[in-house]
Amino acid sequence: MQDVLGVSAQRRRTTLWLAGLIVGLVVTGVIAVGTGAIAIGPATVARILVHQLFGLGDVTWTPPQEAIVWQVRFPRVLLGVLVGAGLAVCGVALQAMVRNVLADPYLLGINSGASSGAAAAILFGAGAGFGQYALSTSAFLGALAASLLVFLIARSGGRVTSIRLLLAGVAVGYALYATTSFLIFASGSAEGARSVIFWLLGSLGLARWDGLLAIAAVVIGGTAVYLTIVGRRLDALAVGDETAHTLGVNPDRFRMRLLVIVSLCVGVLVSASGSIGFVGLVVPHLARRLVGAPHVRVVPVAALLGAILLVWADVIARVLLAPQEIPIGIITALLGAPFLLILIRRLHAGGSA
Amino acid sequence: MIQAADVSWRYGATPVIDSVSVAALPGRVLGLIGPNGSGKTTLLRLLYGALRSPTGRVTVDSDGLQSLSPRESALRMAVVVQETGGETALTVAEMVLLGRGPHLSTFQRTGPADHEIAARSLARVGATHLGPRPFSGLSGGERQRVLIARALAQQATHLLLDEPTNHLDIRYQHEVLGLVRGLGTCSIVVLHDLNLAARYCDDLVLLGDGGVVAAGTVDEVLDPAILEPVYGIGIKRLDLDGHLHLLFHPFTQEAA
Repeated sequence: MQDVLGVSAQRRRTTLWLAGLIVGLVVTGVIAVGTGAIAIGPATVARILVHQLFGLGDVTWTPPQEAIVWQVRFPRVLLGVLVGAGLAVCGVALQAMVRNVLADPYLLGINSGASSGAAAAILFGAGAGFGQYALSTSAFLGALAASLLVFLIARSGGRVTSIRLLLAGVAVGYALYATTSFLIFASGSAEGARSVIFWLLGSLGLARWDGLLAIAAVVIGGTAVYLTIVGRRLDALAVGDETAHTLGVNPDRFRMRLLVIVSLCVGVLVSASGSIGFVGLVVPHLARRLVGAPHVRVVPVAALLGAILLVWADVIARVLLAPQEIPIGIITALLGAPFLLILIRRLHAGGSA
Repeated sequence: MIQAADVSWRYGATPVIDSVSVAALPGRVLGLIGPNGSGKTTLLRLLYGALRSPTGRVTVDSDGLQSLSPRESALRMAVVVQETGGETALTVAEMVLLGRGPHLSTFQRTGPADHEIAARSLARVGATHLGPRPFSGLSGGERQRVLIARALAQQATHLLLDEPTNHLDIRYQHEVLGLVRGLGTCSIVVLHDLNLAARYCDDLVLLGDGGVVAAGTVDEVLDPAILEPVYGIGIKRLDLDGHLHLLFHPFTQEAA
């Protein structure tokens, strides 16, 4: 049969984009690892990484180069990939769950909870018992508390509706934002306040080969795979609850499950990197522009796009005012806002046509 | 066959459906008619399980609706709801292919057979040319036809439609209902237009004041003596070329 519906053409297009983006991500990673105070050529970076990952090739580089690549920059780029992908896929899921194109991963107030936790750790030494993980553990507990709170408020009669979820998220977000501000105010430490604000704006500076990176990889990878698998159900949910129901998806149960998974994922990535804005809002729109609306295609494309964008944002953050490091959230917002404006203009143009 | 026994629903303290029983018989088209606010849509939602009646029970082919998984019930009942999902960025073809979802396992993607079914469903509602267009860019009538195509693509054993003729011009009102009738599947249709109900339904349930006022064949229910008090309008019934037609006139005019 002829491809009347254009499905095969769309699939080819998606495959091409996926392949292109994977190549783009690898190139991005190699360049990002090579960039910094001590520049290392892409060829050397690639050889070191291949050597470390697969044990292939002869050592033609100096030990300091290897330390910089493998111990310092590669974990950071890897965290950037994970956080960028995580933010993008959580943004996709939330936009489907609340049927609002302005939804982003921070809509649920989870990042505000993490911020409160982080502020408590930085300013008052909360979670000191967790040693090197004190900050991230404390942030994660804050995120967990915030998601529970949102969940309990949004739930009524065993259901979580889109609008209640939205309102609960905004309310809890503001309350916890106030808590964070109060903690900063109460501590009276200017230095502490500065570190909290730096953390609030997001940074990949915590990245190293440790348990946190492993957890982030598992949770974010798992979330992206799960969301791709349930893509068709996300499509149905995004059309409407009633439609989802008639297509064999229980909208209440599905939204609840998504809420748990997305909260966990956002909690982990915020604990690892602070609140990096705009990626989760803009990337889903970009992905839809490239491959259309079905989530089976949008989720993987958004994950790759998010990863690439965040790694580049981190490179800019490191290089622009070197040796000073700019909080990455400033870069993503500066890049993201114009992107969003362009999308809005396109959206209007498309609507009136 | 879909049967409801003693189902009820209330919004707040107001009962909309109060202990209602209906049956849609195999191979027949059942119309739900009644004035605004008589609970037609609510009853339909109770029948496909979007609402769960606190009383009584709904059975589909003698299995309790509660005991069916969401997917199983989607295989038995395809529904055209009034929610259009006009904000979605899906194309028309993708929208229709969603109807194949209940037939696919979690890891399966749509195959050539699904695409052919979807293409045929679009052709049946005269919307093949809309396939690649974004769903959100369609007119109300075009959307309605696409949603009906999605329900057809679902190939369920029962078809439920909530005012499917909304937004349709007169030709498509008849084409769509003729199509439903021609399928020969057990169907339930909520209808406003009594003349459409007369032409395309086998059986009718007339709702009013939270309960069933009359139920039976079209000929039995579309009786001016039954309809007039429920709708509050004068009705004259004609039998023309073997079809039943209703003419309406306000009571006041008649008095004057």
